[in-house]
This record gives sequence, C-alpha cells and structure tokens, in this order.
Amino acid sequence: MKFATPAGENPIDRLTVVGQPLRRIDGARKVSGTAPYAYERHDAVTDPAYGWIVGATIARGRVKRIDVAAALRAPGVLAALTTLDFGAFKPGFRTTLHLFGGAEIRHYHQAIALVVAETFEQARAAAHLISAEYESASPRCDLAREASNAEPTADRDGPDYPVVDRIGDFEAAFAAAPVTLDERYTTPDHTHAMMEPHATTAAWQGDKLTIWTSAQVVSWHRDSLAAALGIAKENLRVEAPFIGGGFGAKLLMRADALLASLGARVTRRPVKLTLQRPLIANGGTRRAGTIQRIRLGATRDGRLTAIGHHSLNGNLEGAFAEAAIAPTRLMYGAPNRDLSMTLATLDLAEGNDMRAPGEAPGLMAFEIAMDELAEKLGIDPVELRIRNDTQVDPRSPRRRFSGRHLVECLQVGAERFGWSRRHPAPGSMRDGRWLIGMGMAAGFRLNLLVPSGARIRLERDGRLTVETDMTDIGTGTYTILAQTAAEMMGVPADRVTVRLGDSSFPQSAGSGGQFGANNATSGLYAACLTLRDAVSARLGLDPGTAEFAGGDVISGDRRVPLAQAAEGGALVGDDQITYGDLDKEFVQATFGSQFAEIAVDQFTGEMRVRRMLAVIDAGRVLNPLTARSQAIGAMTMGVGSALMEALAVDKRYGFFVNHDLGGYEVPVHADIPRQDVVFLDHPDPVSSPMKAKGIGEIGLCGVAAAIANAVYNATGIRVRDYPITLDKLLDKMPRAA
Amino acid sequence: MKPFSYEQAASPAAAAAAVASRPGAKFIAGGTNLLDLMKFQIETPTHLVDVRRLDLNRIEDTSDGGLRIGALVTNTELASHPRVKRDYGVVSRAIVAGATGQLRNKATTAGNLLQRNRCPYFYETDLPCNKRRPGSGCSAIGGVSRSLAVIGTSQHCIAQNPGDMAVALRVLDATVETVRPDGTTRAIPIGDFHLLPGESPEIEHPLVPGELVTAVSLPKPPGGTHHYHKVRDRASYAFAIVSVAAVLQKDGSGRVAFGSVAPRPWRIEAAEALLPRGPAAVVETAFAGARPTPENAFKIPLAERTLALVVAEGRA
Repeated sequence: MKFATPAGENPIDRLTVVGQPLRRIDGARKVSGTAPYAYERHDAVTDPAYGWIVGATIARGRVKRIDVAAALRAPGVLAALTTLDFGAFKPGFRTTLHLFGGAEIRHYHQAIALVVAETFEQARAAAHLISAEYESASPRCDLAREASNAEPTADRDGPDYPVVDRIGDFEAAFAAAPVTLDERYTTPDHTHAMMEPHATTAAWQGDKLTIWTSAQVVSWHRDSLAAALGIAKENLRVEAPFIGGGFGAKLLMRADALLASLGARVTRRPVKLTLQRPLIANGGTRRAGTIQRIRLGATRDGRLTAIGHHSLNGNLEGAFAEAAIAPTRLMYGAPNRDLSMTLATLDLAEGNDMRAPGEAPGLMAFEIAMDELAEKLGIDPVELRIRNDTQVDPRSPRRRFSGRHLVECLQVGAERFGWSRRHPAPGSMRDGRWLIGMGMAAGFRLNLLVPSGARIRLERDGRLTVETDMTDIGTGTYTILAQTAAEMMGVPADRVTVRLGDSSFPQSAGSGGQFGANNATSGLYAACLTLRDAVSARLGLDPGTAEFAGGDVISGDRRVPLAQAAEGGALVGDDQITYGDLDKEFVQATFGSQFAEIAVDQFTGEMRVRRMLAVIDAGRVLNPLTARSQAIGAMTMGVGSALMEALAVDKRYGFFVNHDLGGYEVPVHADIPRQDVVFLDHPDPVSSPMKAKGIGEIGLCGVAAAIANAVYNATGIRVRDYPITLDKLLDKMPRAA
Repeated sequence: MKPFSYEQAASPAAAAAAVASRPGAKFIAGGTNLLDLMKFQIETPTHLVDVRRLDLNRIEDTSDGGLRIGALVTNTELASHPRVKRDYGVVSRAIVAGATGQLRNKATTAGNLLQRNRCPYFYETDLPCNKRRPGSGCSAIGGVSRSLAVIGTSQHCIAQNPGDMAVALRVLDATVETVRPDGTTRAIPIGDFHLLPGESPEIEHPLVPGELVTAVSLPKPPGGTHHYHKVRDRASYAFAIVSVAAVLQKDGSGRVAFGSVAPRPWRIEAAEALLPRGPAAVVETAFAGARPTPENAFKIPLAERTLALVVAEGRA
C-alpha cells in the first residue's frame, strides 16, 4: 500500500482496541524470565561454546603482534582468532568503522582478538593470557583542542540542506537586534547504558548461518553481517524477538555478531558472546559531545529576528556529525538564520545514533538559550516560545507542518504544572534548606516515514498470527501490533499472536528514530487490508462494504463469523506500507513541553528533581500505557543528561574511564520523582493511516534544558556545561548557615 | 578469574592458620568486592578460605557498656540492630547510605572494612597502578580524578577510601579485633587500621598474612546527636563524593570524620576540637596540607558545606 494522500476515515478510527490502555502482552514472559534474550537461547542452541573479546589498549595506531600461544594452551580453549588473521571486514550500515580485521587501531578497546572456550570462565581467563604489541600514536580526544582542525560538515540525515544553512541576513539582523544573546554550551559524550549488553549466539549449518542477537533493526544487522562475511543475505537468518533496550546502540551491527559468527565457523560449534561493558563504552557507539555557540537576536517584545547556531563535534574520520542544529531549523520562526556544523577528527568510539540524535544535545543547549533570552527580555519563558511558534518551515514557508500543537503543549503544560506559581527571580523560592526552582523547555523531533511490511494470517481456528521482522526493544511493539490487528479484523486483542524479530518475516521499519510504532503498525494496517479482502472474497462478501466487528464480518444483512473464512484453510494478508511525498509536502514532526521542579541543597549543592511534567503532541496515541512508559523512560534519561551522565575521557590514553554501569551513573529510582505525562492526542492524517507519529524520542527532547533552567531558577547560577553536577554550583553559591 | 581451591574454615584460628600456610590464600566472606576483583584478575587468590560458617555473627553488649559486633554480621543486620539504631545511629545511617539492599544483605562488617578502593585506574588492568602492581606507577595522577583523594595521598597513589561504615566507626573510636595464625589476638584502633599509601600503596592495613578480623568493638555510647551525610551525584547506589560522619554534643563540641576525601576515613582530632568555632575552622585544620587535583579541589569547600549542613541539623 502506498500512502500518498492524507488518510480519510478508516477502521482504526473506531478505537475499540487501538488507543486503549492494553497492558503489554509480552509482560508476563518478561517478568517471569521466560522471554528468551540473545545470550540465553537455551531453547535454540544446546552446548554452545563461549567467546570472549580482547580489546585494544591503545586508541590509535597499529597492532604489530598478538601472542595467543598461552591462551591456546589454557584449559578448555577451542580457538583464538586475532585481527591480524583477517583483512578488514566491511563496515556495516550507517557506520564507518570496521569491527575486526587488519592491523589498524582507530579507538581504544577495538576488538583485536577472540577466544572461544568450552565455558565462559575459561574463555575469560584465557583472554588474560593474550598479549599484544602496538605501534601507537598520540590519540586525538580533546574536542576543544581539535576545534581548529574541524571542517564544515553536512547533516547526514538532512542532505538537502546546505552545509551552511543561511536564510536572510543573520549578521545584519543580529547586529541590529535590540536584545541579543551569544553563549557557548557544551554537551558531553554519552553511552547508551541499556540494560542488556550487545550479545549474539551464532550457529552455522553448512553455509547457512543463524544468529540470535540483540538488534533494533533486524534487516540492517542481516545486511551488514552478510556483507562483512561475504555470504548471501538468504543464507543468514537473524532472530531478535526480545531486546533489553537499545537507545540506538543496537541499530548497528557490533563486534559481537561478527566475532560470534567467525568463532562459530572456526570451531564448528555454536558460539555465544557478549560485549563487556568497557567494550561497549569505548568500542560501541556514543552520543558525541558538542560545543555549541548560539546567538539570538530579538525585538523587545520577544520576536526572534536572528538565530545563529553552530555546533562543533568530533568523530572518527569518515563518520558523521551529531546534528545538534537539526531542531533549530524548524523549532521557531525567525527571518534571519545561520546554522552550521563543523566536525573534528577524534580517536574515540564512533559517534553515532543515540535516542533523539541531534535533537537531544541540540535542545539541551538551545532551550537554555531561550530561557536566558526570556530573562533578558523580561518575558515569561513559556510566552517567549509561544510568540515564536511557526506553522511553516522557515526555509520554505509554503511547506506547512502537518500538525503542530506546540503552543497547546506549552499552554496545557503551564496550566497543569502550576507554572504561575513560579517566581521568576532566581533564588526566591525555598523549602527549608532547599532552594526551589521551576524550569521548562520545549521539545521537537521529526516524524520519520520508513517503509514497513507485515504478514497476517487468519488461522483455521479463527486466531490471527502477525509476523514481521519488527522488534520490540522494550517499547510495547508486541502490544500495539496486536491492537492494530485486532482493530482491523474486528476481534479482541487476545485473539492475536504476534511474532517479531525474525529475518524470515516481512521486512519492517525496525525500531529507531522513533519511527518504529507508526510505520510498523501502518505496515500491518496494509497487510490487514489485504487479509480483509481475502476474507471477503472467501465468504463471498463485497469487500467494499464489509465491516469487521465483534468477531464477525458484516455486509448488508449478512453477518458471518470471521473464523468461518479460514475453515477451508488459513488466509494470509501480506503487504507493506510505502510513502509518497507527504513528508516533502508537509513537515512532519512531534512536539512537547517539559516542566521540572528541582530542589537544590543550599549547603551542598545536591540537586533533586521534585516533579516533572511532559505534554506531548505526537499524533494519535496507540496505547496510552505503553506510550506513557516511553515518555517517562525518556524523561528519566533526560534527568541523567541534565545531572549526571558523561563519559569521562582520559586524554592521555584516549579511553573512557567510567566505562561500566558502576562508573557511568544513570538515574536510579531514588532520583526520579513524580512524573506526569499528558498526550494531546491529535490524530495526524498526513503521517500514516494510523494517524500516529513517533513517540520514543520526543519525551527526551528538552528535558535536560528544563532541569537546567530549573536549577537556574533555584540558584541564579547558569550552568552551560552538562552535566550540571554540584561542583559547578559550589563556588557560586553563597555560604549557607 | 584464575582457578582457585576452596575450603570452609572450622574455627577462626584454623582459618587464620589456613590462609597463613598457603601463599596466595585469602579469606572470603560476603564476596561482594573480592569476587568482582577476581573476575578482573585484580585479585588472583589461589585458595579461598570461606569464613562464613564461623560463629562470628553476633552483636553483643560488652561489660563496659559498649557493643561488640561479630566480623560476619551483615551490613543489614548491623544497621537494623536496635542498640545500634538507639546508641550508635551514625553507624546505621552510614550503612544504609551505602550500596543497595542486596549488597548490604551479603556484605559483612569485616569485609566492608577491608573493601578495596574504587579508583578507576585500579580497575584498568592494562595501565599502571601501584596498588595492583607495586612500582608500576600511578595512572590516576594526571588522569580523571574527580572522585579521588585530596589529602593523605602520596606521589604513588591518590586513591580514596570510598567506604561509609568505616567513617562512622572512626568517629566512634571503634576497635578492630583480630586473631593471628598463631592463635594470639590483638585489638587495633580503627584510626590505625587503614594505612596511608606513602611509599607502599599496596599495603592498605596492618594485618599480617592470615590475620583474621573477628569483631569490631564500640566503646560505650558517646551520646549526642548522630549524623551521616553522604554527598553524591545521584540519590542512591553511588560512592560518596564527600561524606561527613559526626556525633555532636549540646555544648557545641563533637567528633567529625570525613569520607571519600582520603585513603582512610579522615578524622583529625585537633580539627574537630575547633567545632565550636564553626565548620570553616574545622575544615581548614582537617585539610591543612591537602593536595587536591584541579578536578577534585571542590571536595574541600564541599566538605565544609557538608559539615555546615550537619551542624545545622544538630542544632535543629
């Protein structure tokens, strides 16, 4: 089905199942430990051998020699492969970095060897016996220092934009503006810190390979691994039915999949392995830190006349920039704009996608700048954003937003949060020894359209089976697909079985970029239309008028149980959604407002978020329970970005020192207060037949800035370098008594 | 993890003798720290003597009105003991500020005192560390050091003692009781139990090989109000940036020890004597001669602020 014109009324609009707060249908399996994850496929693979990866201990240079003799003699060892045994394997999709093979080292903890042994402990112990000699060069890992070497760079995901994106005459408008702001902001490197590490179990049968892995997009992993191994895609089966979080880390194939496959080939045994946390932080992907300069010019009544946003970023040679300027293109109106990025070369883990790539760090900076501007203007920060709303793409004013309710997000948020109780003068609200502050920010994230396929089968017993290579990374995909099928076919959701994450199923959008839910359900919608036609045909009903409701198919005065259509054999609907030009004709995006109240200990500077509210405009909400979970999870991540998360680089050696979950602190339960989420629930007929939009990332956008602005409101201290840790407050806080 | 042999000890003296008689042998109790270190091969014992079955898990009143805590009493038991909560509140508060419920259920009193440091470079087995490989150098100096010690350090090591319970025990003047391999016992004042790194950072306590901690004794309750404030970047499950343990008396006097600022719980009696003059005076004396790094210099003003908070709490 090609979706080329806005959706009219369709069966989803009934909202008898879709839109209902159905609890996640895979929940019982997860909490009872019966959902099989990649490293625990005891059901599929008996008697696996265990792999353990050895990482390089330099960040830049070459491996001269690797000695595996002692490891090979160690108990239980079946094989020891080194990177010098192979030529460089082809990098996977969306990544510049080869994962194994050859002598070149481009970042710390790059995989240089694999040990395969009978047991996990034997493999790990033998890995300690491997020694390597290097020829090392001094690593480049200080972004500020490399700034002078940075080159202008394009936006990977906005290739239509000029490298320096100029509209009007920024310099003149900025110079002429009666109120201006010109500040520098930094965001640090982040690691995804998902609960389940990268893990793969691999088994060969002849020239056919199966991997059970943790992948957000099954087809990307399949294509990347097949290309690296030089095998036909048809000979590679990828299964990823359950994923313990990804946040973008698992969009890309990592060394676990490649090395498990190589180890299995060499040992002729199924091999499973997981990436140790240090190898994930140093050798996986990271959200790359930024140094951003933001210049704003405004009239005295708070209308932006000039927006300048430059972001400096660092990455491996050939890799892309974190597009921190992306949200600035479309967030607020202003006739004069100058947006650009520069990219320096750094010898750190590859900067790549992490939840709300571009938007998250961009808004971390930009939405502080708006708070600062509001104060300079003496205008309420909510009001300033409302005054600068735009309903059109500032670059192409004839291109409207398909649905944009940012103003409503801001107004509803202010009302629900009790924003009017905020005192704008910093440091004027107290609760005992705590300084209280309220802050807010706006959020923005594009809605991306990606083709997605699915298959649905009406079984002879009247049940429905959905199959797609779509993944559920903890988001609720199983549940919303069951709801979609149930709504389309007029049955309760418990009549639907959903099978995901298998490359032998129809190819889907996968999970990432907040494009999973809308596109995958739309693909299933298309498949259901096909099945409905097949059912009508089998029952001799007019497909043009047949309605599917209450377990029956109804046409005119005939009412036939749906199950009856399959009595003679299962019926299948198999289709995919593809898109026309609606995303060119309209800007499709999601919006949010974030509000936070924080308490800052006037003695110690300790910060504790007291309450949070998000108001989100992301089209139709397919399931308010799982959607809320997405939002509060994202808000929790935003607390981490605001107050604690940062990879600390040792600039001498070029590695991240806090490369595990002990050192890289993310919020714990005690950090998270009451979180409220409001969905405006404005169905967007331009986005898809589901009229839904992405929801997985908008909940993060703006959160950190809202908290930063709350800290300012509490203390009067403006911190522009994330994370806002107490040491950045102390010397500016008056001595408490 | 390197292969190791294992035995269960029958008595404290037998345990001490077993460890003393085998080079590379170590005690294991809760294992919450040792097992992690073994997985990284930072600790590579060839033999483990499991002391968990020993009869060292009681909390008893002593004849002088104090309390004797068996070495195997878990953190959870100790923190929730009625007398500890009533008379030694600083211990309860310190313990529950640390780790997680699961870890506190496993961690023992002696094991907690003997936990090794959390310097990130101690865990980076490919880089030099004088605690791990004596004489190899200190990677933390010149590296990422925000969490590390600001005082009591040497040019060979700047790791901090990250514990919570030990800081509380330090203000209570606890005594560590041990049995040596020859069966003799001794009592080590807590202030002498954690050694400064000096020239030999790998030596962290005065125990001789095989010497087993059997108990920690507390003198009779000091009265006053008990405080433990732990400052950290997140609200739970994190090591302190700075902590303050204090017992404050109505007359303005008191005892104070600082955690996570030095290689041992940092209590300077001459400094705490200045409590009536205020936190600034205490901290100025307690941290005289400090050698912080640019990344962790904030710990000293933070220590003062945290002490001010504790003093304000004491007045309230």
